[in-house]
Amino acid sequence: MNFDPRYSGRNFSSVGTRPIRPDGVDKVTGRARYGADFNMAGQLVGRVLRSPHAHAVIRKIDTSKAEKLAGVKAVITAADLPDLTDGDAAMFDILDNCMARTKALYDGHAVAAVAAIDARTARQALKLIEVDYEVLPHVTDVDEAMKHSAPLINDAIFTEGLEEKPVKPSNVCKRTQYGHGDVHQGFAQADMIIERSFKTEQTHQGYIEPHACVASVNPDGTADLWVCTQGHFVYRQHCAQLLGLEASKLRVTSSEIGGGFGGKTHVWAEPVALALSRKAGRPVKLVMTRDEVFRASGPTSATSIDVKIGAKKDGTITAAEATLRYSCGPYAGMWAEIGAMTAFACYRLENVKTVGYEVLVNRPKTAAYRAPSAPMAAFAVESAVDELAKEIGIDPVDFRIKNAAQEGTRASYGPVYGPIGIGPTLEAVKNHPHMKAPLGTNQGRGMACGFWFNFGGQTCTDLNIGMDGSVSLAVGTVDVGGSRASLSLVAAEELGIDYAHVKAIVADTSSLGYNDMTDGSRGTFSSSMATISAARNAIKILRERAAQMWDISVDDVVWEKGHAVAKGEKHGNLGKLSLKEIAAQSGKTGGPIAGHSELVADGAGVSFATHICDIEVDPETGSTRVIRYTVVQDAGKAVHPTYVEGQYQGGAAQGIGWALNEEYIYGKDGRLQNPGFLDYRIPVCSDLPMIDTQILEIPNPNHPYGVRGVGETSIVPPLAAIANAVSNAVGVRMSHIPMSPPRILAALEAERERFSR
Amino acid sequence: MVEVTLWGSLGAAAGGQSKLDIEAKDIRELFRKLSEQYPAFEPLIDRGIAVAIDGTIYRDTWSKKLPPGAEIFLLPRLAGG
Repeated sequence: MNFDPRYSGRNFSSVGTRPIRPDGVDKVTGRARYGADFNMAGQLVGRVLRSPHAHAVIRKIDTSKAEKLAGVKAVITAADLPDLTDGDAAMFDILDNCMARTKALYDGHAVAAVAAIDARTARQALKLIEVDYEVLPHVTDVDEAMKHSAPLINDAIFTEGLEEKPVKPSNVCKRTQYGHGDVHQGFAQADMIIERSFKTEQTHQGYIEPHACVASVNPDGTADLWVCTQGHFVYRQHCAQLLGLEASKLRVTSSEIGGGFGGKTHVWAEPVALALSRKAGRPVKLVMTRDEVFRASGPTSATSIDVKIGAKKDGTITAAEATLRYSCGPYAGMWAEIGAMTAFACYRLENVKTVGYEVLVNRPKTAAYRAPSAPMAAFAVESAVDELAKEIGIDPVDFRIKNAAQEGTRASYGPVYGPIGIGPTLEAVKNHPHMKAPLGTNQGRGMACGFWFNFGGQTCTDLNIGMDGSVSLAVGTVDVGGSRASLSLVAAEELGIDYAHVKAIVADTSSLGYNDMTDGSRGTFSSSMATISAARNAIKILRERAAQMWDISVDDVVWEKGHAVAKGEKHGNLGKLSLKEIAAQSGKTGGPIAGHSELVADGAGVSFATHICDIEVDPETGSTRVIRYTVVQDAGKAVHPTYVEGQYQGGAAQGIGWALNEEYIYGKDGRLQNPGFLDYRIPVCSDLPMIDTQILEIPNPNHPYGVRGVGETSIVPPLAAIANAVSNAVGVRMSHIPMSPPRILAALEAERERFSR
Repeated sequence: MVEVTLWGSLGAAAGGQSKLDIEAKDIRELFRKLSEQYPAFEPLIDRGIAVAIDGTIYRDTWSKKLPPGAEIFLLPRLAGG
């Protein structure tokens, strides 16, 4: 890097303010251009034929009748997507998931696709494709899949992470372990031990916008892809490899994004659209239907988790242990590993052990969902922590404060923490007026903590200064939560100009160097780092130009509040030169002025949150109503506080839906029973209270402004905060998510039976 | 010489060891020595390994120095949402 990335406390002029969000008007008026809004002349409609079976050998696919249908321009199968992955198992999984090769591995797995002149013709063509299946036994439950008697899903998978290399394939693709100390010794010291098991069902990110793209492959081997995505450079890399294109010949343009949350970090339809376009010789538009999004994009893992925690009477936790089983769909994943890493990350523990098992099931390939894997692990841990606190007789908040991780604590996943926010969020919760609000009959209050890593990564920005002094900022991280506004604030801050003079855009893949995916809450952290770097490069040039204009040494010129200032007594007669004045003369002093940055943004700071939830339970129906909800989270530095609050509220809203309503329901036939929003119930406004937020700012020492990612952490606490609230409301501990009315009624009934004996 | 702690699934690649002593001055040399001494590491390095140096996690920075006495952890590379 060309600058010191370490935090330096400073007073901000632009950063930390709340300008009106620039994307708001376009979005609420319908002018924003999403993936499905792009059209090309002569484009065809793409449609995918999907397996109705959860597990089946594809013996034969006969596409001849479909190809003869008038209006059909291309039909493809796996034969049209030859294996160019060169032994890369992860890329092969992507290829096989986009178009099944030998086996359909889940209900909804793509087996063929067509491109036709209109949707009706395309649908007709799909019906004419004849697939000869040999149906195999399937398994969709994570615990069932681990049994020796379970049907084997992938005979190329041998369990990784075992001391002895296995000789037989297994549905358990990986075992992973974290921890330190001696848990046996720790439990021996405990006065009280809680041991509990928990389950969470599979959920979808619930983005409003389905996956959509327009692909256009030209005879000369160049191609264009317009797509909604969280990472268009990664999409280019993956699609180019799968299609055998040179990456530079495939230009990918990201659209506005109608939600992603990790679900748009994988290619699903795009390689298929490109293959269809190549075969047809015309552009192809492929938009997944809503049921396809549910059946064939990437939901979360379903999980089964055992937690054991021991503590002394004084409230000190002496040992903590968790075994976590996560489903990953039919391909290898790393979700259990992340769960094992995050489970106890909030705590300062001498003895801790977590073991994760990644388990294959006949369900769609799991994808990330905001702080992937952490919410389920936190649900189990925070539920047990709450119960343990009550057994000991300590207030749950005080219990957590006593055991909270702090600077210098060895995290349960290994590294030692620097300055972190878990303690401050707990203190803020303890002092929050929400904690003192009165509760009524059948109402309960719960709280819980959450953790997420946050990422950095490869990032590029271009900052260009126009002749009129306006600033264009081109970034390569897709804006999923206000990063254009935030990065404009950063550029304005660095240059010392008004925010209104900065315009940020997300550049396509041919206009900027490679950028990593916008995931892991890295968008603002990384691109702000790159923007600071680019702005400082531009300032160096601005100083040089000012020196030319004054005919003095550049060493005598400093940049202050948007102006070049000549320092030293010998230049006392020189006034200041504004950026605008320098820009106006740029043609005479060396040409256009720009600052570029290409870097790896390291040092993303971890983020912690603590939430409070008040809930009312109707004991007759089992229905619940969240009556109050408060989020406290560490943002490091809130560049644009309104967007930060929006991220806190969004994470909480999704967590509430996950806790109370949402689940994939599979029939015994292995087919998804609820692939639509009518039957997969996500919360709407009437289901949610106003969600209060409190932004804490514990600076990240590895960023000049102290910025941490904020977009994911606040989905982690809700599952447990709500379970704890329900427990306090009606006295039953819910161990299975979602806590839907039937489950709550069953728990209440079981409790009544227990008392009546 | 730096002491490297392997966590998660990485320990299996080193025959079940969780701590290794490696002579390396930066991340690149560390990876090279690792794959020389433990060939099972090579595909894992290709897949992506994060290196925590005194608590700060680096993903792609080969040139990052490994200060003497620093606490070095190797972690699997993660996916976010």
